[in-house]
Amino acid sequence: MRVMANVAMVMNLDKCIGCHTCSVTCKQVWTNRPGTEYVYFNNVETKPGVGYPKRYEDQEQWHGGWALDKKGRLQLKAGGRLRKLLTIFYNPDLPTIDDYGDPWTYDYQTLIEAPLGTRNPSAHSISALTGKDMKVTWGSNFEDDLAGAPEHAAGDPNLAGLQERVRMEFEQVFMFYLPRICEHCLNPSCVASCPSGAMYKRAEDGIVLVDQDRCRGWRMCVSGCPYKKVYFNHRTGKAEKCTFCFPRIEAGQPTVCSETCVGRLRYLGLFLYDADKVLDAAATPDAQGLYEAQLSVFLDPHDPAVQAAAAQAGIPHDWIEAAKRSPVYELAVRHKVALPLHPEYRTLPMVWYIPPLSPVSDVVDAAGYDPDRPDAVFATIDALRIPVEYLANLFTAGDPAPIRRVLRKLAAVRAIQRAGQLGLDLDEDLPASVGASADELDDLFRLLAIAKYEDRYVIPPAHAEEAGRLMGQHEQLFCSLDTEGGPGMGGEGPGGHGIRSYRPTGTPGAGQTFAAEDGRTRFNLLGWDGRSPAPGLFPEGEAS
Amino acid sequence: MTNATTAQIFWWVALPYLTLGVFVVGHVWRWRYDQFGWTSRSTQLQERRLLKWGAPIFHYGTFAAIAGHVIGVLIPERWTHAVGIPEPVYRWFSAGAGTLAAVLVIGGITVLATRRLFVPRVRATTAGIDYVALVLLLIVVLTGIAPTIGVNLLGHGYDYRATVAPWFRGLFSGSPDIQAIAHAPLIYQIHATAAWMVWGVWPFSRLVHAWSYPLWYLWRPYIVFRSRKATHPNEPGTGGRKWRKIGVPY
Ligand code: SF4
Ligand code: SF4
Repeated sequence: MRVMANVAMVMNLDKCIGCHTCSVTCKQVWTNRPGTEYVYFNNVETKPGVGYPKRYEDQEQWHGGWALDKKGRLQLKAGGRLRKLLTIFYNPDLPTIDDYGDPWTYDYQTLIEAPLGTRNPSAHSISALTGKDMKVTWGSNFEDDLAGAPEHAAGDPNLAGLQERVRMEFEQVFMFYLPRICEHCLNPSCVASCPSGAMYKRAEDGIVLVDQDRCRGWRMCVSGCPYKKVYFNHRTGKAEKCTFCFPRIEAGQPTVCSETCVGRLRYLGLFLYDADKVLDAAATPDAQGLYEAQLSVFLDPHDPAVQAAAAQAGIPHDWIEAAKRSPVYELAVRHKVALPLHPEYRTLPMVWYIPPLSPVSDVVDAAGYDPDRPDAVFATIDALRIPVEYLANLFTAGDPAPIRRVLRKLAAVRAIQRAGQLGLDLDEDLPASVGASADELDDLFRLLAIAKYEDRYVIPPAHAEEAGRLMGQHEQLFCSLDTEGGPGMGGEGPGGHGIRSYRPTGTPGAGQTFAAEDGRTRFNLLGWDGRSPAPGLFPEGEAS
Repeated sequence: MTNATTAQIFWWVALPYLTLGVFVVGHVWRWRYDQFGWTSRSTQLQERRLLKWGAPIFHYGTFAAIAGHVIGVLIPERWTHAVGIPEPVYRWFSAGAGTLAAVLVIGGITVLATRRLFVPRVRATTAGIDYVALVLLLIVVLTGIAPTIGVNLLGHGYDYRATVAPWFRGLFSGSPDIQAIAHAPLIYQIHATAAWMVWGVWPFSRLVHAWSYPLWYLWRPYIVFRSRKATHPNEPGTGGRKWRKIGVPY
């Protein structure tokens, strides 16, 4: 057992309202620079839809992630190392800018400078790539709220295997949002694809980063990531990706997308996992077994043996404590309501999702759902096979059983709360029928519905004594003095050490005299205001 | 070195050494100061149809051409004689393989130059130094191909191994044969001069990516982990040497 820690996220899709606040705040913080106009480290997709970039989920087209070769060994889907080196001059699997959407801005100047006239001036769209006029045809969120769905949504790879009739109804009755960031995978194919070795996973917290100084622009990571969450900066010629807001995480703060999420649906915490089991899990023969396989990689932080092994592996005590309170562990392992996105890519992703229930219930409502009989919830979940299959294509490589189990559990939580509020009788066996105790379902309710800030984010800060060292690992992306209250922000910075901890005593403005080692009375300049008398500044008498 | 004029000495001795010096010092400087700018600066994101053909053909053609120069210029004639390769065989091999490489290189560079100049998205990413490098490369390629095809393949042949090659090797052994190169046909002279200029601009252009061909990838483990190290943070983009232009925006 080789214990490692990985920060992870869970998103509760039930609560996402598709407001894109997360995308916007992320963009403002990380990608508001030339060359990254088209880049969204965090984007929100409407499902069903082709996604961003177009059809990224279809690995038969893009060859991202891992696959098993004929002997069952794990291989990069795009081919081995030699093939990568031979195709380095032209990467056959790289999406073009048009698959993401040609970035544009507007010629606002004409609005301001247009001469007086009867016609309203209009601002042309200008390509951010060439600075020339362009026609806007596609963008990262062109399918928002099923816009253009009749034309495009059929191209959603997750609809594969669903019957034609089902598809059409599906588009009419159902949609939900899927916010996406980099998965900070346990077995990241982007890192494996990078020929320069510029991409790495941080041993301490599992965050996957690109070393900007070592990236040589070979762009294999972009095609290697099945989630297409590494982007090519067309100005600098280097790859960039979601950083999991590591400067914030190191300070114990949630990522920007989580902090600003309007639905408060993101959870952050630690997983302890057994690094020795990762490759075996990723090589699980049956793709539908990958979800369970990944669960088996996670370690129980409450297990004393795990704690001892973690401590031995150098994981600090407060991190182990944080892992015990980790909301992502609770949701993914204890309650088993969170599921990985596309486990079949075999990267063992670390951003998990609680599948959405609401639209299912809503449809049921319309069909005459009876709140007096909460059991009916189950019947309806099973009756509504369409979304279950679709969700299964997203989260369980097509296996509907886990989806059904999760949705039942979520429905049971609701039924119990509803019964409590309305004073209805409740079937005693309801919790047991979803494989949980009443207390567990109550915990789940608190975590999902009350969702207090301190329950959603349990992030142990990187160790202060190592703060300076952490900076040595990556580029200094911000001024280290600019922390809140730090000297760069007009504050005094942290106290406690050296000169900062010295506070003059006695008369304000007056310095202190003290008996020096040589026996003479001397003056301590520290704290002197420069005007008051300074006895002993030039000591008199013989040194003893 | 008798009877060499000052101009000849400058052109065939001083200039090569100068560009060689710039080449070496420039690379040391760039490596230390500009890791962040050290990239192939690929434009595949913006344009892929032309690149699909142009880039592989050009690069593989260039590898062939470089191999040809190693055989033809770096290896002395008497060595090939010593291992028993008769002159006509060598000549036909050199003309044949050279022509193949030449066709690949010229085909590739035509496609690449076309997209760089005429595809607006690609052109927008092109810096001044890229145009300089491109023009020099075009000169080198054209003046290299013309004698290969025109003289060695179709014509009566010209034994550059008796003139250009000794001069070139002489530069590295410290006794360049100026007369040999000075009396070579003009086209070889232009070829050699432009080649030196390419060496001169090399460290300042995107050509540096050639040194980063990641062969090491064949042996390294797939997943790279990095742990914290007790070091000072580097000045961004400098590899830690704190050489940095004032006012660089990042
Ligand atoms: S999701 Fe993130 S860590 Fe996983 S392969 Fe893609 S870029 Fe790498
Ligand atoms: S901010 Fe939250 S609610 Fe809004 S789109 Fe992003 S994840 Fe959904």
